[in-house]
Amino acid sequence: MFDRTIFRKSIGALCLLLLAGCASMSNNPADPWEGFNRKVYAFNDTLDTYALKPVAEGYQNVTPLPARTNIANFFGNIEDVWIGVNNLLQGKGRDGFEDFGRFVINSTVGILGFFDIASEIGLEKHEEDFGQTLGKWGVDSGPYLVLPFFGPRTVRDSGGLVIDTLASPTSHVDSVAVRNSLAGVHAVSDRAQLLGAEKTLDEAALDKYSYVRDFYLQRRKNLIFDGRPPRDEEDDYSALEGLKLSAVGYPASRQFLLLNDEEKQTVK
Amino acid sequence: MFRKFIGIALILFSSALLAQETPDALVKSVTSEVIDVIKQDKAIQAGDQKRILQLVEEKILKHFDFSHMTALAMGREWKNALTTEFRTLLVRSYSNALSQYKNQTIDFKPLKMQPNDTDVIVRSEVKQPGAKPIGIDYEMSKAADGWKVYDVMVAGVSLVTNYRETFTQEVRTNGVDGLIKTLREKNKQLEGTKKS
Repeated sequence: MFDRTIFRKSIGALCLLLLAGCASMSNNPADPWEGFNRKVYAFNDTLDTYALKPVAEGYQNVTPLPARTNIANFFGNIEDVWIGVNNLLQGKGRDGFEDFGRFVINSTVGILGFFDIASEIGLEKHEEDFGQTLGKWGVDSGPYLVLPFFGPRTVRDSGGLVIDTLASPTSHVDSVAVRNSLAGVHAVSDRAQLLGAEKTLDEAALDKYSYVRDFYLQRRKNLIFDGRPPRDEEDDYSALEGLKLSAVGYPASRQFLLLNDEEKQTVK
Repeated sequence: MFRKFIGIALILFSSALLAQETPDALVKSVTSEVIDVIKQDKAIQAGDQKRILQLVEEKILKHFDFSHMTALAMGREWKNALTTEFRTLLVRSYSNALSQYKNQTIDFKPLKMQPNDTDVIVRSEVKQPGAKPIGIDYEMSKAADGWKVYDVMVAGVSLVTNYRETFTQEVRTNGVDGLIKTLREKNKQLEGTKKS
């Protein structure tokens, strides 16, 4: 996706960061590499503030909304094939064939994918990737990991990202110039769609790093279970009946959430 | 005499039931009411802070249970002062998201609910061209004065429990009062940026 020398240099920088990061410990079991992750997060944030965000804002200012939608549709259409493959790999045949159907309709009637006709006739877009497929197959997420340029992942999802990139048709375009331009426009188009959301993040988060991390982890869990993650609180509640936490007056199914980490361990 | 008493009790009971709107109907009517206002109000579309907050205070907040939300984010070390600050933070930060509304369509999914349920999830979907629909789910519980929202899930992420880890860390290092102080400072800072 990026020029090779830049890639090599950033790997070098990464190793240095990793060494520096390991010195600090974290007490969050989902994020043992917090020290390192925070440094990469800060790096990405700086990169975003001075490079990607201004470009995305410029793009938003000069490109009218319908054109931006067309461009987002174009990249979304290319992704639909791989989304379909992942749905099949997860045993969701119907969803998978819907994705292929979307690709066929949007590539033809939707003129190379610039128009999302499929959504209009009721074939909804799905969101799948290889990290989710691995999750569905039972691969543990591993620790949270912030990648330079790519942002929040887990170890499992980083592996998924490698496969996703290899599988993406745009990374196999022969001409380097075309390939890089496609990657660039794609990145800017994706970033522009988030321009509104980031203001909310700025305002809502006490600590942006942990807000983004917890959002990412919750979101991935939700995606892997296709919007119906198991509610552990409910499963665990029967063991809790004696604990009488109803003083706050809230639903039994939710009371598990009131326990702190150590108490959850003793209940399990 | 006794029969008359039963009769009155029944009438009172059934009228109470009728007054009790179903949770999905409540969310639907509030949503459409709010969207109608946003569509007509140029100031809100331009991001006018005061107008947005006014709209939220007037139409939305009475349907939210903030003590419940704070308890959910906090666990047992819940205090009233904390609720006040957390409420301010949630209202300030998410109200602004309303000004981002640009003609998306909102669909509600059929509600799965038993007649005597007191805790339900009302599911909706925001659709926009070229993107996967975003789910917005409202977790609601039944209170004496109607159904109250105690959690909002956007794209499967709870806007309330997302604070849990941050709050836990803060309480561990600075105690509950430290957390209240941090929230208060954050709210002040938000108010400051609004005025400029």
